[in-house]
Amino acid sequence: MTVPDALTRIRLQVMWTRLIAVVEEQAQTMIRTAFSTTVREAGDLSAGIFDLEGRMLAQAVTGTPGHVNSMSESVGHFLRQYPAAAMRPGDHFITNDPWIGTGHLHDLTVVTPAFHDGRLVALFANTAHVIDIGGLGMGPEGRSVFEEGLTIPILRCFEQGRRNETFFAFLRAGSRLPVELEGDVYSLCACNEAGARRLSEMLAEFAIDSLVPLAEFIFENSRSATLAAIAALPPGRVTAEIRADGYEAPVTLCAAMTIGAGAIEVDFAGTSPVSARGINVPPAYCRAYASFGIKVVVAPEVPNNWASLQPFQMRIPEGCILNAPRPWPVSLRHVIGQLLPDLMMGCLFQVVPERVAAEGSSCLWNPPLRGGGAVSGPAMGNRRVIEDFEVITFNSGGTGARADRDGLDATAFPSGVRAMAVEATENVGPVLFWRKEFRPDSGGAGRTRGGVGQVMEIGTLGDLEFACNAVFDRVQHPPLGRAGGLAGAPGVVRTRNGQSLRPKGFQIIADGDRLVLELPGGGGMGDPLERPPALVARDVRDGLVSPEAAERLYAVAVTAAGTLDEAATARLRAARRGGRSVDRPRGD
Amino acid sequence: MTGPARLAIDIGGTFTDLALEVGGQLVTAKVLTTPAEPERGVLAGVHRILAEAALAPAAIGLVIHGTTLATNAIIERKGARTALLTTEGFRDVLAIGNESRYDQYDLNIALPEPLVPRHLRYTVPERLDRTGRVLRPLDEDAVAALAPRLAEDGVESLAIGFLHSFVNPAHEQRARAILAPLLPGVPISLSAEVSPEMREWERFSTAAANAYIQPLMARYLALLAEALSRLGVGAPLFLMLSGGGLTGLETALRFPVRLVESGPAGGAIFAADLAAAAGLARVLSFDMGGTTAKICLIDAARPKTARSFEVARIGRFKKGSGLPLRIPVIEMVEIGAGGGSLARVDGLGRIAVGPESAGADPGPACYGRGGTRPTVTDANLALGRYDPDRFADGRLVLDTAAAERALAPIGAALGLDAAMAALGVVEMVDETMANAARVHAAESGATLAGRTLIAFGGGGPVHACRLAERLGIDRIRIPAGAGVGSAIGFLRAPVAYEVVRSLYQRLTRFDHEAVNGLFAEMAREAGGIVAAAAPGAAARESRIAYMRYVGQGHEIPVKLPERALTAADADLIRTAYDAQYAAFYDRPVPGSDIEVLSFALTLAVPAPPATPAPPDPPAFAVEASARRLVRATETGRLHDWAVHDRAALPPGAHLSGPAIITEAATSTLVGPAWRARIGAAGAIELWRELP
Repeated sequence: MTVPDALTRIRLQVMWTRLIAVVEEQAQTMIRTAFSTTVREAGDLSAGIFDLEGRMLAQAVTGTPGHVNSMSESVGHFLRQYPAAAMRPGDHFITNDPWIGTGHLHDLTVVTPAFHDGRLVALFANTAHVIDIGGLGMGPEGRSVFEEGLTIPILRCFEQGRRNETFFAFLRAGSRLPVELEGDVYSLCACNEAGARRLSEMLAEFAIDSLVPLAEFIFENSRSATLAAIAALPPGRVTAEIRADGYEAPVTLCAAMTIGAGAIEVDFAGTSPVSARGINVPPAYCRAYASFGIKVVVAPEVPNNWASLQPFQMRIPEGCILNAPRPWPVSLRHVIGQLLPDLMMGCLFQVVPERVAAEGSSCLWNPPLRGGGAVSGPAMGNRRVIEDFEVITFNSGGTGARADRDGLDATAFPSGVRAMAVEATENVGPVLFWRKEFRPDSGGAGRTRGGVGQVMEIGTLGDLEFACNAVFDRVQHPPLGRAGGLAGAPGVVRTRNGQSLRPKGFQIIADGDRLVLELPGGGGMGDPLERPPALVARDVRDGLVSPEAAERLYAVAVTAAGTLDEAATARLRAARRGGRSVDRPRGD
Repeated sequence: MTGPARLAIDIGGTFTDLALEVGGQLVTAKVLTTPAEPERGVLAGVHRILAEAALAPAAIGLVIHGTTLATNAIIERKGARTALLTTEGFRDVLAIGNESRYDQYDLNIALPEPLVPRHLRYTVPERLDRTGRVLRPLDEDAVAALAPRLAEDGVESLAIGFLHSFVNPAHEQRARAILAPLLPGVPISLSAEVSPEMREWERFSTAAANAYIQPLMARYLALLAEALSRLGVGAPLFLMLSGGGLTGLETALRFPVRLVESGPAGGAIFAADLAAAAGLARVLSFDMGGTTAKICLIDAARPKTARSFEVARIGRFKKGSGLPLRIPVIEMVEIGAGGGSLARVDGLGRIAVGPESAGADPGPACYGRGGTRPTVTDANLALGRYDPDRFADGRLVLDTAAAERALAPIGAALGLDAAMAALGVVEMVDETMANAARVHAAESGATLAGRTLIAFGGGGPVHACRLAERLGIDRIRIPAGAGVGSAIGFLRAPVAYEVVRSLYQRLTRFDHEAVNGLFAEMAREAGGIVAAAAPGAAARESRIAYMRYVGQGHEIPVKLPERALTAADADLIRTAYDAQYAAFYDRPVPGSDIEVLSFALTLAVPAPPATPAPPDPPAFAVEASARRLVRATETGRLHDWAVHDRAALPPGAHLSGPAIITEAATSTLVGPAWRARIGAAGAIELWRELP
C-alpha cells in the first residue's frame, strides 16, 4: 500500500471513531436536557446519524435496543415525505406514528438535516420516550391506536428555526403534561443540533465536504465483519417457540431461523394473531428486538449501522401479533417485543449453546400508578382521596443464567433502561414503597443459576385508594431454563391483603391495602446437580436460596447459616443421579 | 521567601513522590512504594529529601499527605469486614443499584459486587416519609438485638443507612447510640453524615465504602503520624481530599471516603496553580501516564468539581461498572490510554488501543523485558519520537527492532508496513483521548477551543500537539517538575471543606429562611472542620445551588451570593440560572418553573498565592543539538527533525517545529505547525498560528 493510501485508510478509521463520538455527544445532550423521567433517569432514548439515503452510519452507545433499527427504518419515511433537496438549515421534522417511528405513541422521533458550508451532508435522528401523549396513557386497555393518544404525522416542527405554532398548540392541548412535552421536543431538537454542529467541525478538520467515502468504508467493514461472524456459525435451520401470558389469551411466538451464506433469516410463521388490546407489535419494533437478540450473540462487537444490521432478515406474517396492522392498539408493544431476544436465543442455543443465556424475566415490570380524582372521584364527606398523581417506575426481574455465569439479579435485559431511586420516586408523588428487595428462591436452578427477581410492596401516604394499570407478563409462563436448567419463578401480582390481581389491565387497590409485585426470576442453565455445592451454600447463607430448595433442587445439604455438609451432599447427589439415570450401565 | 518548610507526600501504586518547599525553593524525590507498610516508603523518602535539602526534621512546619491506599483497598477488596444496617424491606439497595447493565451488547458482563455481602446486610423496622416524618418508629429492641449477631459475624465496621435519613437523621443517630456501647471498637458510619443527599443507592454505597476503609485508614494514619514524630517531624499532618481541599487528621479519620482519589486531585491542582501563575483563564489539563490518561477542565484556575464519581470500575473504564460514591470530587475523565496500553486490530479491521496495558512488567516490547505485544510507547519509538539510547536518562536502552516486530502483525492485518501501523496506533490513541475530552466537555456544557492544554506525565508531552490539533487548541504548556506533579499540587491546595445538603425548593415559592437556616448549619459544620485544621486563619465562603427546570433530571450548579438571602433574591437566582442554562444548552425553555435540589457550601483558607511568573526573558533562537528522522503524522513520511536537550535550553530559548525536546522522563514533540519557547519558570510553551 502506498503511503497516501495508508494515510487515507488510517484517517477513515479515525473519522469512524469520531462519528461514534459525535452521536454519543448527541445522546448525552438529550439526557441532560430532557424533561421525561423516562429519558433522563431511565435512559429510554436513542440517537444516530444517517446518510442522505436514510442509511444509518452510526448510533450512540447510550440508549436502548428497542430503538435500534426501528429508528433506522423511520428516517426513510421522513425522506419520502420531505425529500432531502427541500430541507433547509434550522428545519426539524417530527413524528410519533407507531408504524413509522419506534412502535408506540409515547416515542417521539425527530429528524434534523445537517449542513456544512451551505450543503446538506447528513441527517441526525433521535427518539425519546415522553411521559404523556394524551389518550388512555401507557396501558393495555386501548382497543385501537386512536384511544392510545395523540398521533403526530410526520411534520415540520421548526421551519428554518421558526417554531411551528400550530403544531405546538395541538401538542400542548393533547397532553396532560403540556410543559414537559413541549420541553422534550425542544430537547430532541437541541441534541440533533449539537450533533450537526460537531459534524460540521469534523468535516472542516479533515478538509472533506462529503460523508460518502466514509459511509462506504463504514458499510463495507461492518458488512464484512457481520458476514464473517455469520460464516463462523454452522449453517442450517433451527426453530424455537415461546409462550407468554398475553392479554385475553396466551400468546405463542414462533421463529424458524435459517443460517445461510451471508444472512440469517427468521420466519415468524405460526405466531399468534393480534390481540384486541395494546400488546401488539408493529413490524419495525419486532425487527429491532429480533436483530438485537441475534446480534448480541453472533456479532456483539460490530457497531450498529445500516450495513451491520442488514444481514438479519425477518419475515413477519401480517396480522400476527409481531406485525400488527394499523390501527390495532400497540401501547405496550414492549411487553411482547422484549421476549424476542429470548426467542432468538432459543434458536441460537441449538447452534452455539455456549454463547446464549437462558430465558429471563425480560419484559420490564413497570407499574404505572395513578391516584386521586381520576381513580376515586371527588372526596366526599368523611371519605379521603389521595392527591392526584401519575407515577411510573422501571423495574426488572432476574436475567437468564449464562453458560459460565449466573444470571443478573433484578436487572433489565434486553431493555437498556435504568431504575429510579425509591427516594426520588417518593418525591414525585404520594407513593410509598414498603419493600423492594430480592425475592428468594426465584432464580431458576441450574449449573449456573438464573438471576433472582425482586419483591415490591407499594402503597400511598395514608394507605388511600389508588390504581395500577398492570402491564406484566411471565406470570402464567415463567422464564424457562436451558440444557437441563429449571425455570425461574413466575411473576405474582396481588395485594397485601391477599387479593389476586390480573397481570394486565387497570385495577384498583382499595383503601388500607397495598400492591405487591413479585417479579420473575431468570431461568437456569445446565443440570442443577452440577452446580458446585460451595456456590449453593453461599446462596443459602445469603438467603437467596432456602435450605429446602438447596436440598430439593440442587441435592445439597446445607444449614441456613450456609454450613455445607459435604458428605451428606455427596450422598444426596449420588442417590439423585442414580434415581435419574436408570438406563445408565451400573457398577462401573 | 521565608517561613517553615512544607512537605508533600503522595503515595501512588508504584512510586511515592515527595516535594519539599522551603524558602521559595522546591526539592523533589521519588521512592518506591512499600505496599505492605506504606509508612516505611514514606520514611525512606523523607530521609532522602531532607538530606538533599540539608534540612533538619524539626524545620518542617507542615506535612500534606495524599494516598491511593483508600482507593486500592476498595479495588482490591482489602477493607474491613463491614455490615450494613438498613430499613426493613430494603436489604438489597447496594446490590440492586439501578437495575441496569453498563454494556448493552455484552451478554456476559459481571456487575460489581457490593462491599457488604447480603448475609451482612441487616434490616430493622423503621420508616420515614419524604419530609422526614416518622411513618414507623425505629424498633429499638430490634436494633439492640442485632449487636450479638454482628459480634458473632465478626463485623469490624458498620454502616447505617435508612431511607430519607438525609432529611431527618434521627433514626440513624438513635441506632448508633444504641449499638455503639454494645460494639466497642467497631466504628459506625451514618449515611446522613457521610453523604447527606437524596438517592439511597449512592448514599448507602458511600456510607458502606466509608465504613469499609475506616479501620484500615485509621491504623495507617496512626502509624504514619507516629513514624513521622519518631523521626522528629513534629509538624501537623494535613490530608488531601478528593475535592481538592486539605483537612486535618480528625476529619480524615471520620470520613476516610473523602480521601479516595486524592492523588489525581493533586495533579489537577498542580495544573491549576500553573494556570493561575501564568494568568491562563481556560485550561484543559492532560496527564498521560503508563496505563491511563486523565483529563480535567480548569476554569479561572479552578479544577471542575463534581458531586459524585465511581470507584473500582470493573468493565474497562466503562461508566456504570463501578461503585458509586457521592462526595465532592475534582472531576476527571480517566481513559485506558497510556504509554503501556496495548494496540490490536479488532473484528472490524480497526486499530484499537487499550484499555489493556502491558503494565510495568513486561512493559512495552521495546523495553526488551519479554513483552511482545505492541504498545503506544512502541509506536512512538517506531515513528522516531524517542532517542532509543537516551530514554529514562539512558538507564533503559530501547529496542526499535523489537517495537517494529511487535507492530508488524497490526500492519499485516491492515496491509500496512510496521511504520504506518505505528502511525495508525498513535492516531487512534490520540483520537480516543480527544473523543473522551469532547464528550466530557459536552456533558459539562464547556467548550474546548481556545483553551490552553497543560500536559504532563510520561506521555503527555509526546501526544500534546496532536491532541491539541484535534481539539482546536492552539496553546500548550509542558511544566517543569511534572514527574511529581501531584505532590507539588498538594503544596498548592487550600485548607478547605465542602458540605452538600439536599433541600427541595421551587423558585416560585422560595423559602429563603429555610435556605438561610440550612446554610447556617452547613457553615457551622465546615467552620468547625476548617478551624481545627487552620486555627485562626481567615476563611472564604462560597455557595452553590444545584438547579434545574421542574421536571428535568440533571441539575446545573449556580453560584449564590455569600450572604443571607431575602425573598427578593428569587428573581436574582432565576436570572443567574437562565444565563447558566443558556451557556450550557443554547435553548432556554420558556415558561418552566425552576427547582433547587441541593445546596453546597465551601469554606476555604486560600493557599499561598501562586507565584506570578517572572516577565518573559528576551527571546533568542537556539541551534539543534542533533537531528533525527521522524515520521510525521501529516504526511506519513520521514522528515529531518531538530532535536534539543531540555536541560540545555535556558529561559528565553526559542525554536520552531518540527522538533523534539528530550529530557529524562519524556520527549516533547513540537509539531511542524508549532513553535516553542522556554518560559521564565522553565515550562515549555508551545503555540501555533493557524493559516
